[in-house]
This record gives sequence, C-alpha cells and structure tokens, in this order.
Amino acid sequence: MEKHIQLPLTEELAKTLHAGDSVLLSGTIYTSRDAGHKRMCEALARGEELPFDPADATIYYVGPTPAKPGQVIGSAGPTTSGRMDAYAPTMMSVGARGMIGKGARLPEVVEAMKKYHGVYFGAIGGAGALLAKCIKKAELIAFEDLGAEALRRLEVENMPLVVIIDSEGNNLYEMGREKYLEEHGQK
Amino acid sequence: MREIQASQITDVVEKLCIEANYYLPEDVKCAIKNCRACEDGEIAKGVLDNIIENYEIADAEAVPICQDTGMACVFLEIGQDVHITGGDLSAAVDEGVRRGYDKGYLRKSVVKDPVRRGNTGDNTPAMLYTEIVPGDQIKVTVGPKGFGSENMSMIRMFKPSAGLQGIKDFILEVVETAGPNPCPPMVVGVGIGGTFDKCALLAKKALMRPIDSSNPDPYYADLEKEMLEKINQLGIGPQGFGGKTTAIGLNIETLPTHIAGMPCAVNINCHVTRHKTEVI
Repeated sequence: MEKHIQLPLTEELAKTLHAGDSVLLSGTIYTSRDAGHKRMCEALARGEELPFDPADATIYYVGPTPAKPGQVIGSAGPTTSGRMDAYAPTMMSVGARGMIGKGARLPEVVEAMKKYHGVYFGAIGGAGALLAKCIKKAELIAFEDLGAEALRRLEVENMPLVVIIDSEGNNLYEMGREKYLEEHGQK
Repeated sequence: MREIQASQITDVVEKLCIEANYYLPEDVKCAIKNCRACEDGEIAKGVLDNIIENYEIADAEAVPICQDTGMACVFLEIGQDVHITGGDLSAAVDEGVRRGYDKGYLRKSVVKDPVRRGNTGDNTPAMLYTEIVPGDQIKVTVGPKGFGSENMSMIRMFKPSAGLQGIKDFILEVVETAGPNPCPPMVVGVGIGGTFDKCALLAKKALMRPIDSSNPDPYYADLEKEMLEKINQLGIGPQGFGGKTTAIGLNIETLPTHIAGMPCAVNINCHVTRHKTEVI
C-alpha cells in the first residue's frame, strides 16, 4: 500500500517513513544537481543565504528536458545521487531533510541522515515522461545560466517514490537484494 | 560515384536524434514486458509497470523517454562509392544534432571542456564514428547515450592466462559495482579483443545491436546467454530494489587481438537503450 505524504518534511514526518515504503509525495520541492549544489554550498560557506528556505525542504536531483509548448516541464526523472554526496551533509545541516534521486549514497551521507533525520527517496530512473506528469507547477528561482541544472521550485502531486534510506539508516538497496537472495536460495 | 549532399546527412541525423529519444526500440520494450511477467516481488513488479507506463507515455505524446537525452553517438557506415559534397561531414553531423536537440526539446548535456566544464548549449559535438564499407550508401545510426550508466562502465587489459573465467568474473564485477546507479534493469555491452580503444568501441557497438539477437558465433552466443542468466541471479533487481530483473539484455562483440593481451570492456546502458538507424 502506498502512503500519501504531504510536504514539508518535518522531523516527525521523517520518522514515520521506513526503507521500502512506497509513497505518493505531494507539495513543494526544489530541483538541483551537482553544479547547483556546489554554488549553494559555496554560498553557505560565505555566510550567505540560499535561494530558498532550506528548513524541512526536499531536493529533487533532476535536470529536466526543456518543456514543449503547453507542458509544465519536460521529462524529469532522477539523476545519480552519488554526485551530490559531497554536498548533501552540508545541505542537511541547514535543514534540507528530503532528497529524491537514484543510486547508492556514501556512508557519510547516511550518517548525516541519522543525525539530521533525513530521508532519501528513490524515483524511477529513466521514467522521466511518467514523473513529469506529477509536476503541476515549475518555476525557475536561481542559477538560470546552468540551463537544465538551474534551481527550480516544483509543485508535485502524488509523485510515486520509494523510501531507499530512512532516518535510521536502513537501506532498501541492501535489504531488497538480501531478501531476494534469501528467497531464491542463492546465499 | 554516387553523390550525397552533406545536408541530407544533417536531415537524417536531426530526425534520428528526435526519434531515438522519443520511441524505445521494440526489442527493448518486448524484453521489459517479458521480465515483468516473470517478476514475483511487489516492488519489482511496480517498478517495471512504471517503466512500461513511461515508454507508453513517451510514445503517445512524443516526448523524451528519459530526461538524460544523452551524448549523441553517431555511427556512419559510408560506402566507398559515395562522394559527400556540399560541406564538411562532421560539421553536417553536428548541425543535425544541434537541430534535433533544439526542435525535439531534448536536453543539452554536453560541456565544452572535461575539466573546466561549461555547457556547449546545443549538445554538440556528436561522438562520431565513421567506417568505410563497400557500396554506394550511407548507413546512419544515432544512439543517444546517458551518463548515469556510462559512468558505471569499465575496461580491463587482461593477461591471456586469465582466460574465459577472467572475462566472466569481470562482467559480473562491473554489474555488481554498478548496482542501483545505472537505473537497472540494464543492458550490458561487452567488447572482447582488439586494442584498448577498439575494445571500448566494440562494447558500445554491442549496445547498438538488438537485444533479441545473438552473436553469430555459437561460442559467444552461449556466453551471452550464460552471463545474462548469471547477472540476473545477483538479485539487484529493477532500480536496485531487489528482484530477478537486473539486466534485460547482454550483447558481446569480439575482434582478434595481440598474442600478449585479452582486453575486455563492459559498457553499461539502462533500460532506455536507444538507437535508430536509417540508410541514405
């Protein structure tokens, strides 16, 4: 059964999510990839503010295709999260709790998630046309020069995600594979 | 000598860039559906259902299947009896990529310098491979390549003593290391032999071959089957969430090599394995 999740991702809400949960996410999220994260972390290091309020925020690691006429946004599936590992702990330290992407994370990211009650959601990599359907509004808010990598505010409705790593550090990538191997007698 | 205008090549490249990014090849669709029918885990089935729904949306609405519309890998097999007139060949190909990525609302994902970065803004240059073949035609193949999977690819220069077992272990090692990162279920392209550079190209070419085809040499056809089966016993599953479907296809291409070596390259692709061909 899918859980309906309404953002913002408060600490209380984060604690109710567990690795392996299928969720339908609704609310405001922000888009950023490595180039945008680098700029945001540099801004924080200089003591400057971010282009959005990071408290309880969720960041979607995505660089969409350009919108066709009449579209809110082009295809918008997740990019590989590992490229944001260098920046994710800093982002969590200022309150950005949710991350949406795909692929493995480093142990230091998982440690930061435990410390700051972060949640790592997986969107289906390569399902950009489907995921775009859940995006009802898209607004460019910073770093326009980065093109596809610019920072956008999105309104999403019932975005189909799976909790990959929860705030206790449980990891579906490990659990899912282990379960499969146990059930199919290859361990 | 048949004359072909450079502008004709531009037009075909433009069209193929768009079509390859919107419409998944039938062999790939078929393999995904077959795997969906065999999966038993709830999460795995759900992921494959979403993947099927995704390519159906892309088909129906003519939109990119995936937002990573890739670097444009362009393969030209040029008949030796063809004379290309009216312009520079690589410029003609780049112009096709430029127009295709603009008109098709495709993402521009190319930086002009690998270290100093900076988006070129039009997805050029193409990664262009030309081959001179007999005949008076040009066969154009465009294979947009995403980098989530490209980044998980590897090449290794084996000693011949490593033998077939060395190759088998390496293929599994690459897939296992890739894990959830390349958006499994993946397609695996394997190149064996040649030189360092040719070997990597073989692996890329293996990804351009339909996944319902086999290597013409029964020895390698059997190895393709065996390795696909072994990969699907790893349990990585769709998106890495666990399951039977870690790869939907594996193709091997080979070349003769040096007495002292046995290069092997493994090029990983995701379930959005795109390629489209047209003959001029």
